[in-house]
Amino acid sequence: MSASAPSPLPVPPGVPALAVEDVGRSFGGVVAVDGVGFTLRAGEILGVIGPNGAGKSTLFGLVAGSLAPDRGTIRIEGVAVEREGAHKRVGRGLARTFQIPKPFPEMSVLDNVVTAATGQSGERVLASLLAPGRVRREEEAAREKAYALVRFLALDHLADRPAKVLSGGQRKLLELARALMAEPRVLLLDEPAAGVNPALLDFIIERIAEINARGIAVLLIEHNMDMIRRLCPSVLVMASGRPLASGTPDAVMSDPRVVEAYLGGSVH
Amino acid sequence: MIEILGYAAFFLTIALSYAVIALGLNVQWGQTGLFNVGVAGFVGIGAYASAILTAPDAADRIGGFALPIPLGWVAAFAAAALASLALGWLTIRLRADYLAIATFGFAVTVQLAALNLEPLTGGPFGLGFIPRPFNGFAGDPLVFGLLNLALVALVLAFVWWVLERLVRSPWGRVLKAVREDEEAARALGKPVTRFRLQAFAIGGGIMGLGGALQAHFIGFIAPENYLPTLTFQVWTMLVVGGAGNNLGAVVGSVVVWGLWSGSSFLIGAAVDPADQARAAALQIVLIGVALCLILVLRPKGLLAEVLTHHRRPAGAQAQDRPATR
Repeated sequence: MSASAPSPLPVPPGVPALAVEDVGRSFGGVVAVDGVGFTLRAGEILGVIGPNGAGKSTLFGLVAGSLAPDRGTIRIEGVAVEREGAHKRVGRGLARTFQIPKPFPEMSVLDNVVTAATGQSGERVLASLLAPGRVRREEEAAREKAYALVRFLALDHLADRPAKVLSGGQRKLLELARALMAEPRVLLLDEPAAGVNPALLDFIIERIAEINARGIAVLLIEHNMDMIRRLCPSVLVMASGRPLASGTPDAVMSDPRVVEAYLGGSVH
Repeated sequence: MIEILGYAAFFLTIALSYAVIALGLNVQWGQTGLFNVGVAGFVGIGAYASAILTAPDAADRIGGFALPIPLGWVAAFAAAALASLALGWLTIRLRADYLAIATFGFAVTVQLAALNLEPLTGGPFGLGFIPRPFNGFAGDPLVFGLLNLALVALVLAFVWWVLERLVRSPWGRVLKAVREDEEAARALGKPVTRFRLQAFAIGGGIMGLGGALQAHFIGFIAPENYLPTLTFQVWTMLVVGGAGNNLGAVVGSVVVWGLWSGSSFLIGAAVDPADQARAAALQIVLIGVALCLILVLRPKGLLAEVLTHHRRPAGAQAQDRPATR
């Protein structure tokens, strides 16, 4: 693996990196997620699949902190975070990407990644004014690290270009670089293969495998079954907001209930 | 010649005091995307705070502590920043259009308070005898004007230095990230509300400082100085100069104040005195036209924002030029 790939901090033995238990969320009268749970340990990768409307994106939002659950618990390394906002969960070791990438379009690719640095004293007003030496040293270190990540994800030739010039696939890579900049121990990937050409898809799969091999737990929501088969030893299938099946990709895809759900049948 | 120099000093002093106010708006709108249309309210708070603290004692008024002018300026910044913080705490989560309504309402409230709190603010009669820097030189208008110009330029330079440092810091970078995509910034672990609140308070404080500079230069303030027209002027200055660019805010202030003063001069020369009050409305039309022209011809303003400050690390291949907004 490239030297620029991230190394996670050690996780206490026995404590799952991410534990989701019986979470539920409704919007008005519509139940989007109902009674979903799973456990993800350091170095594991779990795929979440399901037809459109299955509740995958809502589940993702609940875990990432952009949505609050109506019920259930979410623990990151044993700490309950279900009442914490998204930015606090990043501080606990969780990072995410977006299904539709959200780069800061007018900022350079490198600045996009540097922005994700955590623990920068220069993000405080007084430190920026009164401790320029420390801020500069931290900034240099963050910039080196960001550039290594940009290189790791083959965006180095675009490092100084504004993010708005990136193609759809390159934006997916930028999302990944930004997420890694925060040194996550749990990485949530929301359809990283969506809209990506086959050649780039191979590269993304390879990089996710490398990241995961370093011990970072990965939760992968994806429609692309090729990616799921190549990356995920186990898969959770959702339908109508509920867990429908779990197991290896081949096992769940041959499950008649899963087939019925994907063919449009109502599964409860 | 001396008269022209004296007027130039007067013109530039006012223009640069507007530049301070426009720099405050630039922190809020240019850097962070906070849509504050209550600029006049924060300028007014700063002006009154400094005036009340530094003016001499008066029998019929609360205040008049005769404190030194620099203390008044510090208090002006603090009062306007605190007011911004309080208003921001209540409204900063609002969508841009609702934030605009809230800040507009705040500015109207401040102006009405200044109009009605007569024992404190002088009410419609305003506050006079506000100490003027270098008042001992008032007998020589040129020297007085140049000294005041130098002082306001010094304050502007200090505000500029601080803001440039902040804009180029990780703090400034997070503000830009918040402006460009709030949800993405939050997903990167940035406490978005805290950053927005800080930018709102710092910008408001700087507006208050600008208000105090103007109050001490003129020596008199009244509620009619803080009508929505002031907000409109400052917005035009920032948009014309280039939102997001501190130099643009300063250039825009000088250009727009030049248009404002020039049109005032022309109206005075060309319009019958009986009709001058009505003709003054043409000034606002002129500024509106200038704003429209800039928006159509140079949407980024005279000076576009420089967005990329963080280049590749040393050793990596350099790139041709920074990206601009």
